Amino acid sequence: MERNKNGFDGVAVEAIAAGLKERPGALMLILHEVQDRFGYVPRESVPVIAHALNLSRAEVHGVVTFYHDFRSAPPGRNVIRLCRAESCQAMGAVALAEHVRARLGVGFGETTRDGAFTLEPVYCLGNCGCSPAMMLNDELYGRVSPERFDELLAGRKDDGR
Amino acid sequence: MSATVYVPRDSSALSLGAGAVADAIAAEAARRGIDLRLVRNGSRGMFWLEPMVEVESARGRIAYGPVAPADVPALFDSGFPSGGEHRLSLGLTEEISYLKRQERLTFARVGIVDPVSLDDYVAHGGYRGLARALSMPAEKIVEEIAESGLRGRGGAGFPAGIKWRTTQQAAARQKYVVCNADEGDSGTFSDRMIMEGDPFVLIEGMTIAAACAGANQGYIYLRSEYPYALRTLNEAIAVAYRRGYLGEKVAGSSHTFNLEVRLGAGAYVCGEETAMLESLEGKRGMVRYKPPVPAIAGLFGRPTIVNNVISLATVPVILERGGAFYKDYGMGRSRGTLPIQLAGNIKRPGLIEKAFGVTLRDLVEDYGGGTCSGRPLRAVQVGGPLGAYFPASMLDLPMDYEAFAAKKGIVGHGGIVVFDDTVDLARQARWAFEFCAIESCGKCTPCRIGSTRGAEVLDRLASAGGRTAAIGLLRDLCDTLTYGSLCALGGLTPLPVLSALRHFPEDFGLSQSDVAWTG
Repeated sequence: MERNKNGFDGVAVEAIAAGLKERPGALMLILHEVQDRFGYVPRESVPVIAHALNLSRAEVHGVVTFYHDFRSAPPGRNVIRLCRAESCQAMGAVALAEHVRARLGVGFGETTRDGAFTLEPVYCLGNCGCSPAMMLNDELYGRVSPERFDELLAGRKDDGR
Repeated sequence: MSATVYVPRDSSALSLGAGAVADAIAAEAARRGIDLRLVRNGSRGMFWLEPMVEVESARGRIAYGPVAPADVPALFDSGFPSGGEHRLSLGLTEEISYLKRQERLTFARVGIVDPVSLDDYVAHGGYRGLARALSMPAEKIVEEIAESGLRGRGGAGFPAGIKWRTTQQAAARQKYVVCNADEGDSGTFSDRMIMEGDPFVLIEGMTIAAACAGANQGYIYLRSEYPYALRTLNEAIAVAYRRGYLGEKVAGSSHTFNLEVRLGAGAYVCGEETAMLESLEGKRGMVRYKPPVPAIAGLFGRPTIVNNVISLATVPVILERGGAFYKDYGMGRSRGTLPIQLAGNIKRPGLIEKAFGVTLRDLVEDYGGGTCSGRPLRAVQVGGPLGAYFPASMLDLPMDYEAFAAKKGIVGHGGIVVFDDTVDLARQARWAFEFCAIESCGKCTPCRIGSTRGAEVLDRLASAGGRTAAIGLLRDLCDTLTYGSLCALGGLTPLPVLSALRHFPEDFGLSQSDVAWTG
């Protein structure tokens, strides 16, 4: 994933759109591909995608903003997705969320000042037999106590990927 | 010597370190010069024992768990590759009572087979349902499904046979089969376990649906929160193509069936079938007006069979053994089995497939062993975030669509979330409205606006002044949501709210007489 790229790469977005536009329901595929590549869906990519699919910019913008997954800004080097749904609530997720926010010094949807961590809410990871659950980048974790969270965090503190 | 060892690749097992355990076992075997075949299976669904490792022995498979990487050398010392005794030994897997007392039809192979081995799948009875389906006319396939009494396992409980018949009879050159794998309800993971533990059964079920309807294209709409399931599904689909079970001339028949996984992007409402179809079409996941129903005008306006993962994964066993066999399980109008998911504050969380009729008490106490915290159980929420909260006094309720409806609840997708006595039901009720506000697609006013107003009214209810007025407003609002919403998100949000009020008025500072109106 090419995260934190400040320079917008219109050529890359054009290529992604061109490669997928003939597939049925192409817009979702394109948006996923763009986000996989850049870590977010840059504003500037909206007109490029709209042009490729012969849609209005408003239509593309509408889809980007409908889904929780699509980010409008680059995330930190690590993304923490903390489950806030009922099964995890029953196992202390509310207190865990407080701990995580205090520990990182950011709220949900925010990135730490050093750019190391972005904290996002998620509503169920399907790991309800091992609540509370969270994802750290592409890895799923279960039975996450505040202590276990701190250990996981320590393992990534200086991770500059 | 050679040995076969199973370490799950199920994401819950991985979330507890199964990956590191598998690595440690492979390394230790290499160090000791043991020829070891490591199979990454699905989970047996006993999560308090995960990572649970199994070995093949002359007596059958023997389980050990929960295994940490540090336990691995000692396991080898005790002769674990041939089933030796160790303090983590759980005996024969099939004899563990949690598993032994189940009635696994849909989950028959989960945890047993290598999920991406087609040979394993076939060796364990896979593709017999398709073979039988291909030998019958489409109408007869519909009859089998209708006779089985199978109802939509995604939550709505609509008879699958009616959907299939409608699409099968629709005249169109292009039809689709869409699997709803947007398993968003908290407390549920059965779809995920099937997709990670036995993906071929889903592929086979969809292939049967396609052959029945005359559809040549299928999609699995998978939620993006399931990256491991995505990997397993894609591996299995690639194998099925290579081996002639997908693509042209499926299994040597005249049918063509192409199948593709499409990812959602974090929207609970896309579990609603028409919102899901919009999303598949590359649009905002906005709920459609019905009629027309998707069976007549679904994906891209074409006749589409839309079913949940569990419904479709149950089709092969119905076709293999017949609708009458399946119908023999269950109670009342709830036929067959339900993969029930035990989650939240529970000592033994897991997947329990049982015939309908099993009571909440059997599940929560017998199987689950009570709360994980050891504190008294105070409430269970059944059927996801839109399901009712029931008190401990109602645990004799049987899992049955009609019995739940009579108590103003839903079976839904079969998830049970257990709460101990530290739960605040006023807070849970407020959360129900908050969640609805976060996830509303915004198309209909009751859900879009009512969810936010609902949270505000509950706040007013919590403050001393204006309590009577707040109760009146809440009652009106819940009526509006129930009867005026376009889909189940707005329509069912009052269920958790009103059940919390009805059964736990003290958490709202109210008395029984204040909440008598909730029925």
